[in-house]
Amino acid sequence: MSEFFSMGGNGAYVWSAYGITLGVLIWNVWAARSRLKRNLRLAARDGEPEPEGRRPRVSQL
Amino acid sequence: MKLPIWFHRFGSPPYVYGLANTLAPWLAGIALILLAVGGFWGLVIAPTERTQGEVYRILYIHPQTAYISMMAYTVMAVAAGIGFIWRIKLAHAVAVSAAPIGASFTFCALATGAIWGRPTWGTYWEWGDPRLMFELLLLFLYLGYLALRAAFDDRDKADRVSAVLAVVGIVNVPIIHYSVLWWNTLHQGPTISRLGSPAMDTSMLIPFLIMVAGFTALFFWILLRRLQAEIVEREHGTRWLQSLVREGAA
Amino acid sequence: MPFDAVSLIFRRDLRLAFRRPSDWGIPLLFFIAVSAMFPLALSPDRFGTGVGETVVAAADAEAGGGDEAGAIEASVAGRPLYGLQSLGIAVLWMAALLSSLMGLDRLFLNDVEDGSMEQLMLSPVPFIALVYGKLAAHWLVSGLPLIVLVPVFGLIYQLPLATSLMLAFALLLATPALTVLVAIGAALTVSLRGAAAIIGLLVLPLASPILIFGARATVLALDAESAAGPLYFIASLAMLAVSLGPIAIAAALRVSLE
Repeated sequence: MSEFFSMGGNGAYVWSAYGITLGVLIWNVWAARSRLKRNLRLAARDGEPEPEGRRPRVSQL
Repeated sequence: MKLPIWFHRFGSPPYVYGLANTLAPWLAGIALILLAVGGFWGLVIAPTERTQGEVYRILYIHPQTAYISMMAYTVMAVAAGIGFIWRIKLAHAVAVSAAPIGASFTFCALATGAIWGRPTWGTYWEWGDPRLMFELLLLFLYLGYLALRAAFDDRDKADRVSAVLAVVGIVNVPIIHYSVLWWNTLHQGPTISRLGSPAMDTSMLIPFLIMVAGFTALFFWILLRRLQAEIVEREHGTRWLQSLVREGAA
Repeated sequence: MPFDAVSLIFRRDLRLAFRRPSDWGIPLLFFIAVSAMFPLALSPDRFGTGVGETVVAAADAEAGGGDEAGAIEASVAGRPLYGLQSLGIAVLWMAALLSSLMGLDRLFLNDVEDGSMEQLMLSPVPFIALVYGKLAAHWLVSGLPLIVLVPVFGLIYQLPLATSLMLAFALLLATPALTVLVAIGAALTVSLRGAAAIIGLLVLPLASPILIFGARATVLALDAESAAGPLYFIASLAMLAVSLGPIAIAAALRVSLE
């Protein structure tokens, strides 16, 4: 097992390359998902009719 | 030039949003399975390479990320060109979505290439390998595109101006590629070619191709998700989006 | 009729340039400053002072490991020795590239601010033709002085006259392409304020082929070899840029101002 991880003495190179690639993949998936979720949340919030209390009244303006 | 009628469906945001929503999970499944199989195959099953030893296993990720970095630029430029010529806003949305993915994969190709260079050639930056230089210039092209977009407040103008840049860029990419290659032939090339002999052994070729397919599926999966996010942002306040959001909440 | 309009634009831009010498003078001064100051960044004991010494260094390198003649770096008694001449070629090309980026944000901005750009777009003459007129004038005040200056600065780096002349000739072919590329950057950013830094980021990677072939042609001249190959490449790049570039410039200007 440790032989597998040492990659013939070059484990640091192989695993750091695979690690960076995995990191880039995860970042891509995470960034795309969180952007979609945030934008959907924004769309949902702005679509709702504003609650009575938060609507600015003329007297306040 | 006229576009075929069926093409115009792809100008409709609700249609494209729905299509992306249906396709994305499938692409996600295909990508994850292929990457898992290809990764295991490449790291564990594939035989050790004769000249390089185990380090060659970077072969199963580095060329693939480099290939995605170039494909993403092509997708971006073609979409931007379509958006500019036929004034299709969704095409601009595709271009914007492809750019950050391409930039991240370009960075990844550079990083893995430099790491691979250290044990093979004894240096992180081998000037004898022109492809690293090309990837660096490609990264600058992506960053220039993103910086130009970010400088505009008006999204329509950002779309159209950056589209001109993307098209100028895609005309230049092959020229840059071949001039960097030509520049390299003057230096003494690296003695060990990292991609091995012209005909890769089947036991290595199969996982190599599985990873190519996996990265491609992953690119389109993320592209569709980013496109959905972009559509939601651009269609803010439209009726179809409101009803979609309400359905999702219910 | 179109040719009259183009020559009018050309002469108008030249006249305006001569009224505002700082617009084209400052980039030239920048070129002079960069080329003259670069050697200060090198330790004087690290580069060969004369032509003979460079050759000795190159011969040493050949004996040691087989670097090509006129090598950028050669080891004499464990010390890296720069070939001042090959270094000078790189410096002069980079300085030329950077100086052509200077002050570029003004190329179309003056016309946009006083409203004459919109008039040009509305005129019956094809807008691309007028863009050619403007580019020609800009090349005359920015590219041409550079070509004249370069052989003089070749002296600082002890380049033989033939090499300096080759550098000037390569620049003669390269500057039209450079002018077009830089104008694309200026047109893309014309509606942004303070966009000079972005122009650099946009234009430099696009200009890399010009840099590669231009420097290579000059190095070949230094080695007294035929530089025809890279010169053909630069010429074809210039043809491509001059024929297709103005389409992009006109499109970018229209989009920026619509």
